[in-house]
Amino acid sequence: MTAGTLAAEGFRPLRIALVGPPNSGKTTLFNTLTGGRQKTANYPGVTVERKSGRLRTPVGHTVELLDLPGSYSLRARSPDEAITRDVVLGRQAQEGLPDAVVCVTDATNLGQHLRLLLELRQLGRPLILALNMMDLAQKRGCEISTEALSRQLGIPVVTTVAMRKSGVRDLLGQIDTLLNQTPTGGGAAAIDDWVEPSPDAIRAYHREVERLLPEAVVREGAPERLTRRLDRVLLHPVAGPLILIALLFLMFQAVFSWAEAPMDWIDGGMAGLQQWLSAYLEESLLKSLLVDGIVAGVGGVVIFLPQILILFLFILLLEDSGYMTRAAFLMDRLMSAVGLNGRAFIPLLSSFACAIPGIMAARTIAHPLDRLVTILIAPLMTCSARLPVYILLIAAFVPATTVWGGIGLQGLVMFGLYATGIVGALIVAGVLRLTLLRGGRQPLLMELPSYKWPNPVNVLLGLWERAKIFMRRIGTIILSVLIVLWFLSTFPAPPDGATEPAIYYSFAGLIGRALEPLLAPIGFNWQIAIALVPGLAAREVAVAALGTVYALSGDEGTVVEALTVTLAQSWTLATALSLLAWYVFAPQCLATLAAVRRETNSWRWATFMFVYLMTLAYIAAFVTYRVALALGGG
Amino acid sequence: MSGHGEQERQLFELGRLVKAGLTQPLSLMRRGGVGRILAVRSSDGDREVERGLLEMGFVEGACVEVLHYGLLGRDPLAVRINQTMTVALRRGEANAVLVGPLLDQTADARSSASQEGRPL
Ligand SMILES: Nc1nc2c(ncn2[C@@H]2O[C@H](COP(=O)(O)OP(=O)(O)O)[C@@H](O)[C@H]2O)c(=O)[nH]1
Ligand SMILES: [Mg+2]
Repeated sequence: MTAGTLAAEGFRPLRIALVGPPNSGKTTLFNTLTGGRQKTANYPGVTVERKSGRLRTPVGHTVELLDLPGSYSLRARSPDEAITRDVVLGRQAQEGLPDAVVCVTDATNLGQHLRLLLELRQLGRPLILALNMMDLAQKRGCEISTEALSRQLGIPVVTTVAMRKSGVRDLLGQIDTLLNQTPTGGGAAAIDDWVEPSPDAIRAYHREVERLLPEAVVREGAPERLTRRLDRVLLHPVAGPLILIALLFLMFQAVFSWAEAPMDWIDGGMAGLQQWLSAYLEESLLKSLLVDGIVAGVGGVVIFLPQILILFLFILLLEDSGYMTRAAFLMDRLMSAVGLNGRAFIPLLSSFACAIPGIMAARTIAHPLDRLVTILIAPLMTCSARLPVYILLIAAFVPATTVWGGIGLQGLVMFGLYATGIVGALIVAGVLRLTLLRGGRQPLLMELPSYKWPNPVNVLLGLWERAKIFMRRIGTIILSVLIVLWFLSTFPAPPDGATEPAIYYSFAGLIGRALEPLLAPIGFNWQIAIALVPGLAAREVAVAALGTVYALSGDEGTVVEALTVTLAQSWTLATALSLLAWYVFAPQCLATLAAVRRETNSWRWATFMFVYLMTLAYIAAFVTYRVALALGGG
Repeated sequence: MSGHGEQERQLFELGRLVKAGLTQPLSLMRRGGVGRILAVRSSDGDREVERGLLEMGFVEGACVEVLHYGLLGRDPLAVRINQTMTVALRRGEANAVLVGPLLDQTADARSSASQEGRPL
């Protein structure tokens, strides 16, 4: 009985895993083979993303394909590499041994990529070698004999061009051939006996590759020149960092200017929905929950989708083109001064959109301490959920004048808030590395892949994935928070003859007023105290909460306009600055805390993060308030 | 697999180069410098750095070329291995890699290697 017939009889789908070094083209291959039929989930317990997708082979087998994190060796160095190892060795609970492994290698870099294949071959399991990027290899005049290689290795070898349907035909055919063979059932012993290769074992793999290559490589291609030329500028000690700064500037500029129009559309759509619901539903608690609680709240969050997607568009482009590792290279020295790894640059950059993907991206950092520090400072990067509060307060309190020839004061304050977060993060990282999280550092050791044109399919599928994750978050955590909030700020109802807005008498009002004495030293009045209660769960709801506190109604746009005027009249400048300082640091996002718990597998670090951020926020707000008062900002 | 005699010969060769002052750690090579790796050794107990270096292609006999240095403290370095793969690493790790001259020391082999000639 063949593996194919086993599956045809419905026992289980055949599973094939894509394994290979980073940047060998696994994800591109995966996208071409599965198209849109893919889903991302998390491995239980470790939350490394598990990307799987379905495909049908020409003969008609249904195969479940797994895209595994890249790794140079089965000896895993980081949490995501550990997943690759565990899946390949069948140690991943609920996964079982894959029926076959496709080892994806970069044909232009076979000398370095074949070692992983040799390691995989040792396991004695069904294995196919895919020589990917064959188009690039050919362009450079490189010629490889798949027959010779196949004969030497004793496994099927195919060439692929991952982003073309025609470029994966051979691979599909080979998968069919493999599935139609009777499984040998071998390999179980070899897999159980697997141990991490010693340095000398790795040297032996090197020698084996050196022996194999001359017989398989018919003609060496010319080395790639474009990457060298580009790097001469992009990695130049002076020009390199300047270009990086310019790129980042362009990116944030785009996030704000490009997102404006789609944000207006979403705003308009939500306002329309609110009006329609208001007109259609009768006055009732349900209506209040739907209109004030859910639609207004969800609208306040969905509105960030364009900004998040634009930021991720840039990140995906930078990643797919190969520039991201250069950015890590350029930032490494600066970051190592505070005990961070250059690799941490990538997660921290994502955190400007939202801390959660940033925290998840920290998985690529091998050293547990490096990774923990990165996770702990990720929330200090100004995520887009802070923007509505920043924008509101800046509009209300900072005059729209220009300073030093053309630079707007408002923009300058905004920049200052971003910078405060970054500087704060660096200081926190440095302090943590000198105190709680002292000790071993991870070597940098990172491949700088050759530059490539980003593949549009990769980028679009990546964006789609981000959008789905974001919307799922809204559908789960944010929705539940909003319902609880609505409940807290609606009940109990105000007494007859109430003089204050209804929320004053509600549970939220009670909590806020109880907190007031604690917040008075940093200049917060009871209105802010109340708005902070919902803001603690998800900071983006705070503006809506302030609207409720000041008893303003209408759709979002008009509330914000009215709030700007109201706040400018009723708060002092010192209070406004203090609240801004608070917002730079305060841990106001349940989802982030939940992500930290998941990623570190303990509540300990989530709690630690909450406490340290809260303390920082309080101190920053206190100092800001007192200094502003002393300077006459009362 | 290199036999025992081969290993001894290599050790002898290494000693000769060290004595002649022709070796230096990768971390001290100047930008644009080329050479061949003579030894990869790390001082840490579990030889983690050594394994990491080996896995990224830094192995005895490989040809290296220092392409770039970072701005501050000339750290990190970007090194091209065997004309195909570029790897970034810090000076700390680069200290564990001992580099000597390219073995085929004729002047034109050296210059052709540094001009992106045939991979070695
Ligand atoms: N020219 C060419 N580029 C490819 C090929 N396969 C992948 N790429 C590009 O190589 C880069 C890395 O690919 P990716 O799939 O992200 O690699 P992964 O890290 O193994 O998942 C991307 O820019 C791809 O567009 C190929 O066969 N030919
Ligand atoms: Mg990938």
